[in-house]
Amino acid sequence: MAEERIDVKKTYKMYIGGNFPRSESGRTYKALDSDGNLLANACQGSRKDFRDAVKIARGAFNGWSSRSAYNRGQILYRIAEMLEDRRDQFMRELGPIGFKTAEAEADINASIDRLIYYAGWTDKYQQVFGSVNPVASSHFNFSMLEPTGVVAAFAPEKSPLLGLVSIISPIIAGGNTCVVLASEEFPLPAISFAEVLNASDVPGGVVNILTGSREELSEHFSSHMDVNAMCYTDELPSDMKKLIDENASLNVKRVVKRMIKDWYHEDSQSPYFVTDFQEVKTTWHPVGF
Amino acid sequence: MTYPDFNQTIPIDEIGVNERVARLNSRSIKKGSKVQALKLALSMIDHTTLEGSDSPGKVRQLCKKAKQPYPAMPDLPTVAAVCVYPRLVGIAKQELKGTDINVASVATSFPSGQVPLSNRLDDTRFAVEEGADEIDMVISRGAFLNGEFSLVFDEIAAVKEACGEAHLKVILETGELQTLENVRKASDIAMHAGADFIKTSTGKVSPAATQPVTLVMLEAIRDYYYKTDKMIGMKPAGGIRTAKQAIQYLVLVKETLGAAWLNKHYFRFGASSLTNDILMQIVKQETGQYQSLNYFSND
Amino acid sequence: MSNTETKDVPYKPTSPNSKLDFASVWEYAPAPQDSDFAEVKEKYDLFIDGKFVKPSKGRYFKSTNPANEEVITEFAEATQKDVDKAVKAARKAFEGEWSRISAKERGKYIYRIARMIQERAREFAILESMDGGKPIRESRDVDIPLVAAYFFYYAGWADKLEYAFPGKQPEPLGVCGQIIPWNFPLLMLAWKIAPALATGNTVVLKPAETTSLTALKFAELVKDCGLPDGVVNIVTGAGQTGAEIVNHKDVDKIAFTGSTKVGKLIQSSLAGTDKKYTLELGGKGAMLIFEDAPIDQAVEGIINAIYFNQGHVCCAGSRLLVQEGIADKVIQKLKDRLATLIVGDPLDKNTDVGAINSKEQFETVNKYLELGVEEGADIYQCDCKVPDNGYFIRPTLFTNVSQSNRIVQEEIFGPVLTVQTFRTAEEGIEKTNNTPYGLANGVWTDKGSKIFKVGSKMRSGVIWANTYNKFDPTSPFGGYKESGVGREGGMHGLAAYIKN
Repeated sequence: MAEERIDVKKTYKMYIGGNFPRSESGRTYKALDSDGNLLANACQGSRKDFRDAVKIARGAFNGWSSRSAYNRGQILYRIAEMLEDRRDQFMRELGPIGFKTAEAEADINASIDRLIYYAGWTDKYQQVFGSVNPVASSHFNFSMLEPTGVVAAFAPEKSPLLGLVSIISPIIAGGNTCVVLASEEFPLPAISFAEVLNASDVPGGVVNILTGSREELSEHFSSHMDVNAMCYTDELPSDMKKLIDENASLNVKRVVKRMIKDWYHEDSQSPYFVTDFQEVKTTWHPVGF
Repeated sequence: MTYPDFNQTIPIDEIGVNERVARLNSRSIKKGSKVQALKLALSMIDHTTLEGSDSPGKVRQLCKKAKQPYPAMPDLPTVAAVCVYPRLVGIAKQELKGTDINVASVATSFPSGQVPLSNRLDDTRFAVEEGADEIDMVISRGAFLNGEFSLVFDEIAAVKEACGEAHLKVILETGELQTLENVRKASDIAMHAGADFIKTSTGKVSPAATQPVTLVMLEAIRDYYYKTDKMIGMKPAGGIRTAKQAIQYLVLVKETLGAAWLNKHYFRFGASSLTNDILMQIVKQETGQYQSLNYFSND
Repeated sequence: MSNTETKDVPYKPTSPNSKLDFASVWEYAPAPQDSDFAEVKEKYDLFIDGKFVKPSKGRYFKSTNPANEEVITEFAEATQKDVDKAVKAARKAFEGEWSRISAKERGKYIYRIARMIQERAREFAILESMDGGKPIRESRDVDIPLVAAYFFYYAGWADKLEYAFPGKQPEPLGVCGQIIPWNFPLLMLAWKIAPALATGNTVVLKPAETTSLTALKFAELVKDCGLPDGVVNIVTGAGQTGAEIVNHKDVDKIAFTGSTKVGKLIQSSLAGTDKKYTLELGGKGAMLIFEDAPIDQAVEGIINAIYFNQGHVCCAGSRLLVQEGIADKVIQKLKDRLATLIVGDPLDKNTDVGAINSKEQFETVNKYLELGVEEGADIYQCDCKVPDNGYFIRPTLFTNVSQSNRIVQEEIFGPVLTVQTFRTAEEGIEKTNNTPYGLANGVWTDKGSKIFKVGSKMRSGVIWANTYNKFDPTSPFGGYKESGVGREGGMHGLAAYIKN
């Protein structure tokens, strides 16, 4: 009888600038399955990890926001293709954390479809929400949308894949770069999704995924002066909510709160989630000979 | 002197020019400053007749008006010049003898300029020999619009030479130049080629003088002054009929070029009906009563 | 950037100050606007629930004319109790009559306001100039016509909102607390009230304490228009009154225009609540003048950018960045143009630059003038006549400045321009964006593709290309970064007043 093979377990690291580093702090915490067994040691991201990620996200912003809308759409579509290709991996990942087979399938399907939904919006939101403004003077005047910049986000706690995908897609569809804190309780699908991102054509630094504690990181997410917007979709403890708002005022950070409980509901996807992270820029020019 | 490359275009934004003019037009000129402006404008008029039907009699009448615009107010300034066709220069010269009113003449086959250069030079010399103090020439717009800038330049220089001591005003006929950039370019060519004045229009083409065109020309004069220290005069002509318009032009001059240009040596109005409107306004300011043209001789 | 060692060399002009003389020969006589028909009461009460009511604590504060330091009138100081009363009135109106009126009829009320402002435009213009110090030319030709235009524009939106928000059912927020600044008193009121009413909200508005007069005149007009009681409430007072509005539990939304400092305080005060907010804050706008620009129009644009409204403009172009090759030429022209600016009586029709809005601001700007000199910058001011009384500051430009100077970094909110040079477009853009602000910037060039490229790289909510300081109700306005959150004006301005 053949000797039982010892399988090789994956080390789950974070995703920063297209690389998979461990936390600079060297800390980890236990990611458990629904029965309380250890699945893996997830990195416990620190304020310095966040600082590094923001720096990298800022560095990636010019390039990503300058990509054509068509190109961004193609890249989002490519992420969907890669996810489709790796559905088995996510089936294996979602099962142990409480997803029944059908639920896991539905979650993966919806995630793929969500990417495609926002892939389609990349070259359309500008047309729907931009405007040509008929000013009374001899000027041509138009308003277009531009990405807000670097977005720090808390991925939904209870929807580790679909929720994560739903929050990242509209942010990057609109040309922003982001630093996302994965679900604290279920961090592993986020890191696997980072592998999907890494295998697609998303430039390094556009999406950065940290794992760790909201309690610890909310202070830094909200107070960093080079973060332009902060976003979350869960009800937060009132003191954390207040802290985020207060810190946001340090640099007039936009705070986007969209309370979404059901990520399958039709209201959980919308072009308005793209415009949440857009700035309206209005340009004037004289019209004459 | 270094000449600019006239093939290079100096960009001008039409809307910006219009906005500047609108802002200058919002100046409110009242009371003493209005009377002062009216008298100043009167002294800057090239009192003009340029009709096929002009006769010695008509020119004599015109000269009388020039010398004594409104007999009831003998202390008013006289106009700057009388402007006539070359054939009538002698008459005007005779009538204005002993005054400091100049005789100006439109030479160079006014208004089209469409005869050989030699004829235009002859025309100029004739007017000067008849006694013209000032020559108003037209540029070759066709050549200008064809991009033959050195031809235009050379023609102006040749006329300038033919003028001798007479002052040369160069008519750009801005109504045919199509863009403000062209107005600017034609102004630069004329000044560099020897113009003493640059002038908007013959009065025979519409539009004649406009404030945006005038502003662009004043700015060209300013840049030329910055560069060379030479003061070039400006003459809008045609379409300026009211005292109100005249004051608006004076504001343009005052706030673009300043005090040194606010006299007849550096600014003229080419106009025929403006004189009476200014007189009516002056009388209104003196008496407080609005006036009727019936009381002003129509010369 | 490759030229790091040269790019921060401060620019010192070598051109002469001016070769032209604008002063002598012909001066404009004073042309005062007749102001007798603009009635000012001795004292103004609060406007709450359709009535003028005395402040609960009975306190009033004086308002002075900054052009002659004379007291014009007195305004009531609204305290917590008054603000509460106003919010209650607004809530009652929101849940009552105002919500029952159809969108179409709501729009007609706003149209009526627009029309009545047009009818009384001159009166409003005079009062605006008396109370705030701005030249009558501007209040008459810019502020008040725009006020009417904003109401007219938003009136039409009232029954068309679903077209502005595809896929959404737009719903009003409720009671909006609105706090406005002193630089464009009535215009800022219009920017706030017109979209709020068009979307079906009710408002409690606080004008700035130095410029409350036209807001109370507007309250009279609201009454004349027959607007239901409580839809518009105007409470006067200083910062504390504003804080009462911000902190009131039954206010659904705060709209603030003012300094970034106060905006941050407000954002922080709202922490932990679900109140919506829009903030229009400070700026330090740059103007990039390229060598291929239409220079004479650019110079005029610079004048409009920084000396319009005494420089009390959040989007003012207060930093001039001029390409090296034309710097001397531009500065010479600018100095000549400065010489023709008329500083003085705001009610004189020929005044270009009026009075600094308040003693406090006068001192602030003067402090910056001193600071600029201390920082080693070269100061240039026109030698125009300035009245003996009142708060007047000569239009000023600073050369020989570095990017790190405080006069280059901080919003002065006065008629003060700093001048720097750049060599390449990249360098110009980098200097433009090197600020926490992002409200408006300008670019001047004759080349279309350069405008689009530079414009897209400038991080600000407004780009004025070959023009500056233009406003229109159809045109959204608002900032990136620390210049604010949200937009006012245009279709996008409606979003601030409907539910997510």
